[in-house]
Amino acid sequence: MIPINNFLVLSSILFSLGIYGVLARRNAVLILMSVELMLQAVSINFIAFAVYLSPQAFTGLIFAVFVITIAAAEVGLALAIILRLYRNKSTANVDEADMMKW
Amino acid sequence: MTYEEVIFYVIAVPTVVGAIGVVTARNVVHSALFLILSLLSVAGIFILLSAEFLAIVQVLIYGGAVTILVLFAMMLTRVRDLPAALDGPQRPFAALAAGAFMAVSIFSMVSTDWPGETDKINVISIEQIGNDLFTTWAVPFEVASLVLMVALLGAIVLARGEEGE
Repeated sequence: MIPINNFLVLSSILFSLGIYGVLARRNAVLILMSVELMLQAVSINFIAFAVYLSPQAFTGLIFAVFVITIAAAEVGLALAIILRLYRNKSTANVDEADMMKW
Repeated sequence: MTYEEVIFYVIAVPTVVGAIGVVTARNVVHSALFLILSLLSVAGIFILLSAEFLAIVQVLIYGGAVTILVLFAMMLTRVRDLPAALDGPQRPFAALAAGAFMAVSIFSMVSTDWPGETDKINVISIEQIGNDLFTTWAVPFEVASLVLMVALLGAIVLARGEEGE
């Protein structure tokens, strides 16, 4: 019998590590990987709540399916944008992508 | 500690170790390999939560497609040649923000009194998921396929470049 808190604490830790990665990293690809970690944490939370607390409706499980779908679309688009950025500025460093800054 | 909890910790430790590797590794390719470790361990967590379907999807989409895409992007943007630009001077602030969030989040989750049974996993079969996905959630399902197609076209248009470039 695993208490639900184990899963919730695990997903909190994963999400916080994702926040740290997004804030500390400067390379766009690494930031994207940290965002993936955060999405994973959210999926764990959704599934945990679905199987523990609402097994009749299990909306969380369905939502996790959509999270994974949207994450796949997001990765494809984001990598295309990073490729574009690299072609225009020959860098993938987000600190140097300041064309829209006054 | 029951044997289920032991299995949980055996799977949870690689997940967290992989996540720490992703955000701290000095070599970006090591970072991507740590991401694979973390994502596959999360698939194990899904199996532990009796969501086998999502575990399979996780291994197929994340373990396969997403990590390959990330590695491709790393090679095309030559991140390995620019090791100096890994972390910024904002690292301590990032650690502070993430630590503060973790403290608040863990405290609020542990102190909340969840309604219903909180130590029993209810098994939801793939059959039930499929039934619900194609009846109650049929419209969002179709919209998701549209989103995927638009993302595919957008990625092609963005990455292809202009004529005569």
